[in-house]
Amino acid sequence: MTALSRTIRAGLPARQRATMTSKPTDISKKSGGLLSRLRQALNGLGNGAARGISRGPARGTARGPVPANGRPASNEVSSDQGAAKALSDRGLLVFSHTGEVIKAESLLRKAGLAVEVKGPPPQLRTGCDMVVVFELVSQTLVLETLNKGGLRPEQVVTAHDVLLEPVSLYQVKHLEHWIMVRAANMKITLDKRDGRIVNISGGGCPDVPWLAHCLCGLRLDEAPEPRSLGQTLCCYSLQKAYEELRRQYPCGT
Amino acid sequence: MWYIAGTLPNKDMGLCEAAAQAPAHVRGGMLHLADEKSIPVQRGTAALAATALLACEALGYEPPRLLLAGDIGSGAGSRALYAWLTEHVESLAPEGLTFHYLFPDVDWHNRVLMAIQAMQSAPLLVADAGFMYVAKMSGYADAYDLFTPDLGEMAFLADEKAPHPFYTRGFLLAEEEDIPALLARAQAHGNCPANLIIKGRADHIVCDGQLTATVEEPSEPAMECIGGTGDLVTGLVTALLAGKVPLCKASLAAARLARLLARHCAPDPGTQVAQLLEQLPQVLHRHAEDVLKAD
Repeated sequence: MTALSRTIRAGLPARQRATMTSKPTDISKKSGGLLSRLRQALNGLGNGAARGISRGPARGTARGPVPANGRPASNEVSSDQGAAKALSDRGLLVFSHTGEVIKAESLLRKAGLAVEVKGPPPQLRTGCDMVVVFELVSQTLVLETLNKGGLRPEQVVTAHDVLLEPVSLYQVKHLEHWIMVRAANMKITLDKRDGRIVNISGGGCPDVPWLAHCLCGLRLDEAPEPRSLGQTLCCYSLQKAYEELRRQYPCGT
Repeated sequence: MWYIAGTLPNKDMGLCEAAAQAPAHVRGGMLHLADEKSIPVQRGTAALAATALLACEALGYEPPRLLLAGDIGSGAGSRALYAWLTEHVESLAPEGLTFHYLFPDVDWHNRVLMAIQAMQSAPLLVADAGFMYVAKMSGYADAYDLFTPDLGEMAFLADEKAPHPFYTRGFLLAEEEDIPALLARAQAHGNCPANLIIKGRADHIVCDGQLTATVEEPSEPAMECIGGTGDLVTGLVTALLAGKVPLCKASLAAARLARLLARHCAPDPGTQVAQLLEQLPQVLHRHAEDVLKAD
């Protein structure tokens, strides 16, 4: 079996890649979250029952039946150190007009999505002074909902670092009669003899097995787009791989 | 008792508490749960669970119990499972937990991790798929004992800014064959545990923070295309850990056994993981003892 692999950068618009130190600060969950409560506990404001989340194999003194396995000793640190490394799980939708922001918020809330409207970080201030904050992992569902409502954001970025780009590298492998395209963590494989999708692999969001169940066995030219079936960022990765596969293997060739 | 926590692609299935109370079985390519539900083994958590159950049966180990919920991407089933775990994990008193396809939710992840760390005797923690993503996203990846990423996911762990593999920066994806560099970067930012099985054309075993082994043979290139082969490796290491095989040995053995299974089956890119699993007991009976004896 021979393999030919190559990496392709898609034609996404080039964007500044410099590291930005300024990050949005107004997008944390309103609930305060566990870590906020944890900080309170550590500051003596809680009931003292909560232990800090530990890094490394933080274990109680009694190990019970679990084998030692040669793991290093406990190395607990304060929760704030872990929280400092935490990444925001929110994304930002940027529109060119305030009216689109308002319409987007309404559409998304009607679809049952938890969204908020906030002021944009300085790097995103292009005229419109509002952005829609959403749960990043649900990006596919958010964009599909907006698409059905006739809205398209100018930019979709992560709240943690507004200059992070979606994946734009594709890996293509040819294995005898099959072609596999990978985008980020998702792979889709097609049998060139009959144009059928034979396998979908990778990913970790719960709709990946669902997408694979729905798409495997279908001809590429009759298969629905992944984004019409799934809801998560893994689905969006698969959508990118699907689009690249259609580019690599135009219908009927 | 070891537990496997994950979701199944079923929009009508809620939280399946029965699966935690009694053992499940694999017969005829179906996962049979304690409440008589039958689930086809295709990929995802069903494939991981089926692998672990079949391997434990073949090797004479106590099989893991399953913590399952239906979820096709809304996150509702995952959150029900997170909530259930937060409330019940202490009473389960697990020796170990393998977390798999779960909707990444940082707040719920942290609640579950806190509940686990409040236990008197904390379990071994293995994470793969969506739960590995959220563990990294939370900033507490190094609270775990083992991650099982593929190459793209290793690049994601190495990217201290990426909240999901979809946003892994291109320069890291392009360098993904440089495992030592990715590992060093992930470790420097505390974004991985001390032990990893990095799955790829060659599997890299990281033990106590050191790259200790590379497994390249036998090699079946088609395995990269087949959905569920990563779940198979995670299922094997789960079974070995449930059988109290030490972590580093279990990681190396799981990588080797998956490759021996692949060689035995001679798959092509259209092969389904269920076809591989049909041959798993036979391959384990033939090879497991020797693999586990090897250094």
